[in-house]
Amino acid sequence: MDQIIHVDNAEAKPTILCCECGVAIEPNPANMCVACLRSHVDITEGIPKQGTLHFCRGCERYFQPPSEWISCSLESRELLSLCLKKLKGLNRVKLVDASFVWTEPHSKRIKVKLTVHGEVLGGAMLQQVFIVEFTVNHQMCTDCHRSEAQDYWRASVQVRQKSENKKTFYYLEQLILKHKVHATTLGIKPVHEGLDFFYATESHARKMIDFLNAVLPCKYQHSKKLISHDIHSNVYNYKFTYSVDIVPVSKDSVVCLSKKLTHQLGGIAPVCLVYRVTNSLHLIDPTTAQIAEVNSNIFWRYPFKSICNPNQLVEYVVMDIEPIMDKDRTFFPGQGAISSKHILADVWLVRASELGINNNTIHTRTHLGHVLKPGDSAFGYNLEDSNINDLNFENLNKNNVPDVILVKKCYSGRQRQRVWKLKHLTNDVTAFDTDANDYQEFLNELEEDPELRQNINIFKDTSKQIPVDTYDSVDHNEPYITLEEMLDDLDIQDVEMTE
Amino acid sequence: MAFRVQFENNNEIGVFSKLTNSYCLVGIGGSENFYSTFESELSETIPVIHASLAGCRIIGRMSVGNKHGLLVPNSTFDTELQHLRNSLPDKVKLQRIEERLSALGNVVACNDYVALVHPDIDRETEEIIADTLNVEVFRQTIANNVLVGSYSVLSNRGALVHPNTPLSDQQELSTLLQLPLAAGTVNRGSNAVAAGMVVNDWCAFTGMDTTSTEVTVIESIFRLNDAVPSAITSSMRATLIESMT
Repeated sequence: MDQIIHVDNAEAKPTILCCECGVAIEPNPANMCVACLRSHVDITEGIPKQGTLHFCRGCERYFQPPSEWISCSLESRELLSLCLKKLKGLNRVKLVDASFVWTEPHSKRIKVKLTVHGEVLGGAMLQQVFIVEFTVNHQMCTDCHRSEAQDYWRASVQVRQKSENKKTFYYLEQLILKHKVHATTLGIKPVHEGLDFFYATESHARKMIDFLNAVLPCKYQHSKKLISHDIHSNVYNYKFTYSVDIVPVSKDSVVCLSKKLTHQLGGIAPVCLVYRVTNSLHLIDPTTAQIAEVNSNIFWRYPFKSICNPNQLVEYVVMDIEPIMDKDRTFFPGQGAISSKHILADVWLVRASELGINNNTIHTRTHLGHVLKPGDSAFGYNLEDSNINDLNFENLNKNNVPDVILVKKCYSGRQRQRVWKLKHLTNDVTAFDTDANDYQEFLNELEEDPELRQNINIFKDTSKQIPVDTYDSVDHNEPYITLEEMLDDLDIQDVEMTE
Repeated sequence: MAFRVQFENNNEIGVFSKLTNSYCLVGIGGSENFYSTFESELSETIPVIHASLAGCRIIGRMSVGNKHGLLVPNSTFDTELQHLRNSLPDKVKLQRIEERLSALGNVVACNDYVALVHPDIDRETEEIIADTLNVEVFRQTIANNVLVGSYSVLSNRGALVHPNTPLSDQQELSTLLQLPLAAGTVNRGSNAVAAGMVVNDWCAFTGMDTTSTEVTVIESIFRLNDAVPSAITSSMRATLIESMT
């Protein structure tokens, strides 16, 4: 197995006696016979004959120092290179060959056969074959460790909204899904009035905060808790918590602004309707169609509360409607923007529940002149009869407050099948309980508001048949989501291979 | 008889000592063990002298000598020369020579009759060697090495050369020296045979590492024991006789 490679050029070499055993040999740099040389020197000295590999059972990867985990199959090229990297002292000899010796896969032993060339005693090259045995030890990798210990987090984002319904969170869920912000979360935990997001690093949490600031009107506070620290190396270990407060006013609520704020917003009427929520609140005055935008900074400086919430909506029937011409409207200097999308109209209403009983119509002004026509139903708030506890509202002159504020048109026959669906973050998050009434309202809103649904992904529901005669059966005034807006869901079907 | 000795844990004893048939020089070491070994074996017959050359202990490599004389390099101090002159037997001629290759022990190998010298040595030096040591001088190489003094050891009874010396060269040298000759090693496979041992006609000293096989080779080629000549010696003799006839 071993051989001696002569370095010198040879011409009729004499024989000398091996200096150890006296056998006649050709002279070589060590002047020893091969057997004596082998017993005398070991070129594999300093190369460990045993080693340890760390293997994570969770993800079936091997540890590659200093901090990498690589997946490689048994007897693979990658595993061999990993084994060779583990052997120190290989640089002193020349590695000629390396191969695996078969071992039982579950024996947790990996044997590598190495052939090395080494120089001994001034110039003689010796070849030697030896086997290194590696023991496979189990060690959980950091990723698996993190997922095993479910509470292992460094930073958390607590999102809260002190509101009546959860529609904001349904909307937030869809936004998160669309922008894939949840990729770095370790966990999402529903709590009362909100959600907790957990992250491995503070920067991931900051990213979430930035995202929330971009899509919703909110403010946040930052705090950290010292877990441990090392005074010698000046290393501090903190848990970071971000507390995010979403503005507690939702779409279709009526708010009452303070006098100061109405001045700041271009003399808008104090009683306003929130017609849209992006990263700021969009207000409209239903009596003048004047609009204003309140971002979170302004909101927290001059906080206001909603005086009517969507669950107080009452259905009215439009008896008569009459658009108000511009010449009939009063404008004043310094007035804020007037909406061009809405048409101001005088409207005469009767409560749907009192239709036919009470002939006294209620007169009010509405910004919904472009959608309402006589005979339509509309949802509105009955300010006159409702019991409102709000400091700003009490200071108002009640004569300037309309009796009814119409919010949106009411579409009948709404309970038809939806041929679309939404995705959800997880199945077991109860905050996103899809059976709740709020969720149905949220879906209705999506159908009604194209601006709202352009921010989120809507998927085709393949389990439901898309009606062929859609255009015949559906009232064209009724809002619906067009097929172009829907996405096809990724569907991987694993078909069993046949021989 | 061959003895294993060590000079301060160093096996290259040929470096630190010079042994001839009429005197023995020993380098000045930290301990007297080395000197004592030589003294116990040799003091009855020849003087064993503490010596240094140019303040160095490596006297074996710096000087060359036989029973007729001793040559030392030009760098030798006057006091050292005086000490050697006082200690050496009267009939031994002592000469300081001016030679570029000042490690005389490495470039000259000699017994009482012949000397092998480095091919590049001065003509003048060659003459001084011939005159002082009473020898016939041959310019030679051993196994393609010019340092003949390092790679060969001669006594009046035999010679040991570098292990890589080809058979043809061995026969040529053997004819030239009129001596039985063997290729061998000292100090467990060391090629520098002259550095690892010193020898005269009745006694040899080798480094402590020298194995019994090597000692056997040394004893048989230099005929240091009274046993029958070994196969090597007899076969060498056969070639000798053949070449003479």
